[in-house]
Amino acid sequence: MNIQALSAQLLVGLINGSFYALLSLGLAVIFGMLNVINFAHGALYMMGAFCAYFLLNLFGIGYWPALIIAPIVVGLFGILMERSLLQWLTGLDHLYGLLLTFGVALILQGLFQNYFGSSGLPYAIPTELQGGVNLGFMFLPIYRGWVVIFSLVVCLVTWYLIERTQLGAYLRAATENPTLVRAFGINVPRMITLTFGFGVGLAALAGVLSAPINQVRPLMGADLIIVVFAVVVIGGMGSIMGSIITGFALGVIEGLTKYFYPEASNTVVFVFMVLVLLLKPTGLTGRAT
Amino acid sequence: MTSITSDPRTPIAIRAARDEATGFVIMTVLLLLVPFSGIYPFFVMQALCFALFACAFNLLIGYGGLLSFGHAMFLGTAGYVSAHASKEWGFPPEFAILTGAAASFGLAVITGYVAIRRLGIYFAMITLALSQLIYFIYLQAPFTHGEDGIQGVPQGKMFGFLDLSNPTVLYYVVLGVFLIGFLIVYRAINSPFGEVLKSIRENEPRAISLGYKADQYKLLAYILSGTLAGLAGGMKVFVAQNASLTDVHWMMSGEVVLMTLIGGLGTIFGPVVGAFIVIAMQQYLAGFGQWVTVIQGAIFVVCVLAFRRGIVGEFAHYFKRSL
Repeated sequence: MNIQALSAQLLVGLINGSFYALLSLGLAVIFGMLNVINFAHGALYMMGAFCAYFLLNLFGIGYWPALIIAPIVVGLFGILMERSLLQWLTGLDHLYGLLLTFGVALILQGLFQNYFGSSGLPYAIPTELQGGVNLGFMFLPIYRGWVVIFSLVVCLVTWYLIERTQLGAYLRAATENPTLVRAFGINVPRMITLTFGFGVGLAALAGVLSAPINQVRPLMGADLIIVVFAVVVIGGMGSIMGSIITGFALGVIEGLTKYFYPEASNTVVFVFMVLVLLLKPTGLTGRAT
Repeated sequence: MTSITSDPRTPIAIRAARDEATGFVIMTVLLLLVPFSGIYPFFVMQALCFALFACAFNLLIGYGGLLSFGHAMFLGTAGYVSAHASKEWGFPPEFAILTGAAASFGLAVITGYVAIRRLGIYFAMITLALSQLIYFIYLQAPFTHGEDGIQGVPQGKMFGFLDLSNPTVLYYVVLGVFLIGFLIVYRAINSPFGEVLKSIRENEPRAISLGYKADQYKLLAYILSGTLAGLAGGMKVFVAQNASLTDVHWMMSGEVVLMTLIGGLGTIFGPVVGAFIVIAMQQYLAGFGQWVTVIQGAIFVVCVLAFRRGIVGEFAHYFKRSL
């Protein structure tokens, strides 16, 4: 066994796992409040990366400010989307939310493809994070280590916000029973809008993080979102920590597959989903519904 | 007082059946006349294949309430199997198409068994993920020739005497297969099975409390829908003379949703109208590159927000007809 190659694939797996975790976390938070599966999540992730690209190439604003600005800009776009489109779906079957956001994803991806083609645009790694360190058993590019650790921190902060703070308590209460929470004088529609913006911001953040690794492409989120759906099915959307752990774990499983049986690396998450559905249909962390 | 010759059906049901029969006759006559009209027959044949695909899809979503976002896997699987059977094994067209449909039947049994375990919104995500799994398998499998697809599928002679390389003969064969598929869907919807399916869609706990095994009905609807989508896929191979990854891609699953949504979910003729509109749009807007995707996305948004009954559904609602 080649430790060097194995740990390199594990690192790639952890990075993909970071994106799975950030995206499935956003999907779970949005679904909890809006009862909508956001099919446009992949397109919004792509917009995050493009936002960082524009900031750099049009305004000369670098990676570090982009890490804050891009999620806010795309999050505001998400808020606009919720106010103008999604809010009218309240009370309709879930499937309309999925169809509407699928339409939004097609519009966004089509528009970006029109103007930027399908090839990737380069985005340089910030100077502070260039190079790497030799850990003895492997060479660790600093940027990749940063992505994993930073994503993990963002995920844990989100978990803390939702599970351990007063604001999170309101949020969880509104997920369970919005009418009752409104009766206590809390502005639930505003909370729904902000939650959607927050979930979209997480997707955009993942997009900025991935820009230096995966290049900036109009379709970068199109296939990713399908894998994230499988992750969501495996983990279940009931638990925040569940989404985070499942996201990272599946990234690692995918990385291991790339080393041991590369032919199956595209399909392993889906195969894993089938196994979970057969053995534990409610998902690993989900409760029976 | 009722006479001996009275019909046991309610007046509403009789009227509905008459509306639907009228619609069917008009549709069939129009389609029969196409070769004399000067319309490009290839376009209509392609649209008919997608119309059958959309009718099969509509059976599941419109009457079972199940949104499958992976229906392209049935179209594509049958396409590949039919093309392979025809080109490599030398099957005559009728057997090649049936082999394709049988492959989709097998796939529907397996994926249905997995997907039916989680319902509601999860069902859409699971079917999408399963179809992506199938997509990657076909991308790597040797018999599909990866990105190239199976090209130059021979058209051959159906039943030994119908020469499919003659466009007019091919057209009427395609029309015949479409009408058979359409009538199977119509029969299924109006059978006791269809009634139970609709009752499950409306109120599942109540249907279960009446003793119906909801999961079995849904699985059966899924299998029937997948098999008929396979029939469309097999037939399409003899029109396009190739089978490629496009037919298994998630974009294709999205397109069949769009066709059904434009025409009208849960209407009998809606998917046919929707399929013709979407195929015509692709045909005429082919020069505009990705704008087609943008327009399709915009139609999704408009349909969901303002137009949930679809064209046929709005028409039927306005004139209080059943179509």
